[in-house]
Amino acid sequence: LIKPADQLELTEAELKEEITRVLTANNPHAPQNIVRWSFKERTYKPILVIDQLAVHFVMEGSLVHQDSDEGRRQMAKEGHNSVMNLPFVGFPQSSPIEDRPDSSASKTDKKELKITNQFNFSERASQTLNNPLRDKSCHTEPPPRSNFSATATQWEIYDAYVEELQKQEKNKEKQKAIQTKENDDKSKKIMLMETQSNDVTKVGKAAKILERMVNQNLFDDIIQDFKYFEDESDEFRGQKGTLLPLWKFHYDKSRGLSVTALCWNKKYQDLFAVGMGSYDFNKQGHGMLVFYTLKNPSFPEYIYLTTSGVLCLDIHDQHSYLVAVGFYDGCVAVYNLKQKGAEPVYKSTAKTGKHTDPVWQVHWQNDDMDNNHNFYSVSSDGRVVSWTLVKNELVFTDIIRLTLNGVISEGPEGAQQPYIACGTAFDFHKQIDYLFLVGTEEGKIHKCSKTYSSQFLETYDAHSMAVDTVKWNHYHPKVFISCSSDWTVKIWDHTINTPVFTFDLNVAVGDVSWAPYSSTVFAAVTTDGTVHVFDLSINKYEALCQQSVVAKKTKLTHLEFNPIHPIIIVGDDRGYIISLKLSPNLRKEPKVRAVQSFQTRISADLQNYILFREDKVMPDIHYSGPTKHGRKQMAH
Amino acid sequence: MLTHSRIQGQKGVQGIIIVNSEGIPIKTTLDNSSTVQYAGLIHQLVMKARSTVRDIDPQNDLTFMRVRSKKNEIMIAPDKDYFLIVIQNPSD
Repeated sequence: LIKPADQLELTEAELKEEITRVLTANNPHAPQNIVRWSFKERTYKPILVIDQLAVHFVMEGSLVHQDSDEGRRQMAKEGHNSVMNLPFVGFPQSSPIEDRPDSSASKTDKKELKITNQFNFSERASQTLNNPLRDKSCHTEPPPRSNFSATATQWEIYDAYVEELQKQEKNKEKQKAIQTKENDDKSKKIMLMETQSNDVTKVGKAAKILERMVNQNLFDDIIQDFKYFEDESDEFRGQKGTLLPLWKFHYDKSRGLSVTALCWNKKYQDLFAVGMGSYDFNKQGHGMLVFYTLKNPSFPEYIYLTTSGVLCLDIHDQHSYLVAVGFYDGCVAVYNLKQKGAEPVYKSTAKTGKHTDPVWQVHWQNDDMDNNHNFYSVSSDGRVVSWTLVKNELVFTDIIRLTLNGVISEGPEGAQQPYIACGTAFDFHKQIDYLFLVGTEEGKIHKCSKTYSSQFLETYDAHSMAVDTVKWNHYHPKVFISCSSDWTVKIWDHTINTPVFTFDLNVAVGDVSWAPYSSTVFAAVTTDGTVHVFDLSINKYEALCQQSVVAKKTKLTHLEFNPIHPIIIVGDDRGYIISLKLSPNLRKEPKVRAVQSFQTRISADLQNYILFREDKVMPDIHYSGPTKHGRKQMAH
Repeated sequence: MLTHSRIQGQKGVQGIIIVNSEGIPIKTTLDNSSTVQYAGLIHQLVMKARSTVRDIDPQNDLTFMRVRSKKNEIMIAPDKDYFLIVIQNPSD
């Protein structure tokens, strides 16, 4: 043994010691405690498996395997080796009939054999230039949307049909009528205006209804009284009756005017007309024609202002929208309530024969033979004139001239003018058309006929002062009543020259009126503010009711019975109209005896009370009594 | 005097509202909140009532309505394009 110089010196014991040496594949130089950051656990974690590979030598070579693609390509480029050619030489020597691969192989003789490699393929891609993308959007307005909801009910369908029908009718009318373009434009304009105006006045109709409702609430107790209240104390009062005050009608702008005429409307029995003016000769101003309804006591339904005071009025029986009015200045006028306008439709002027003195009474008559409406008027100028409404004008005809003597002497040469009497009241017979009565300022009542203009049929010396009212009885064909400022009310039979009854009321009587439900009941108003109600079948000498209805110093001027309701309206000289309900005692109808018919019974009743004329035999006269409806109304 | 102002002047009337066919109040004498409340609620009521009346008979139509309560009374009168409401205290 050659010991090197620096060999470790060991003892023999140490030399014989067996030291085990183990060969492991571990790389002694490999690190043993590599720690790596673990993102999952966010700590440093020791790596357990450590790479034990130790690389001793690395040399990059440039050798390429000859069978690889790269190798083949290189050889193809450099040319063929003889070694390479040898295996190929065999092939071309084979017969040419051999398959294609051979022939192709022969072609590839010059080139190398291309074998498709299923496993080793290369993908070639090339990146072209991509056009930059651009996003273009367009926002349109969404189509307008609206929510529509409707209900299909029976009446909506009905309305649609009705509208359709109206359109069709309009179209038909348009086709018939010749319409110029202008007319269409005008109508279009009118249509536009109507739809644009959001006016408060358009609620007119509804407002009217509401006003009546409000009034109904306010005057509820009065309405209940009007309809249902019957004064039970009448039973204890014997024969007397009372008048229950109901509404009071007043219009602010009628200050200073007194009620000069009252008239109920026959068709709408809650509507009545009031004429306002002044009886005072010195204080003549304007006048008013006002219509009230019981349904609305606060405000009139129709108001017409007139230049001269209204003295009398009458509403046509059938055409209840025509009102004839007589004025203080002698004019007469006809108003049409259906037309809107403050002016009368007809008015008489000096040319057309107006009276020269105040007109005291007007009365509609039946239509004449040409179906024109006509009415009569009486005035202080002594003329009774008939006015006919012909187309647009009033045509007058003098019916009679009232004279003091009673007879107009025809054309005496140079004779004095017969004195003209002043007519103050008249009334037409209910059944006999041509017969009428005229009361004069001198206190006489003349019975006249429409056909005899020169003579009176009869004259009654009625009163010592002017006759204020004369009225025929509604049932009895012979009886009429008259009243005057000479304090008396007189009842007459037209065949007898002297009054049948005379009632002295101690005060000037303003107006008197028969009741429409009984032939024996009548009422009178006096200037001391009292209403007197008489019933001849119960008490021939005294009034059943004498009631003061207004304050002292207020004069009552007119009175009218309502055709169906048991109320009367009374006008006074301050422009107020008071309505009063008649208590049951005043409304007694004569009892019907089974044998005789109702109609004849009434007249016979009255006749019986004209005691000292009992010798006359009453002929059987047929005339119409109150309607069934009216009787029912009164019967309660 | 306009009917409208006459009604307002009557005793016990608390207010008047005129509402158009869409339920929007166009004229009123009450304060804003009450008006809007009344108009909206009553509009529905009137439509319902009218629908009821006309369903039974299409040729019929509502003329007016009264709603009487303990404290007051509401009266409604419908028209073609509008309807009027009046609130009244009838016990005055």
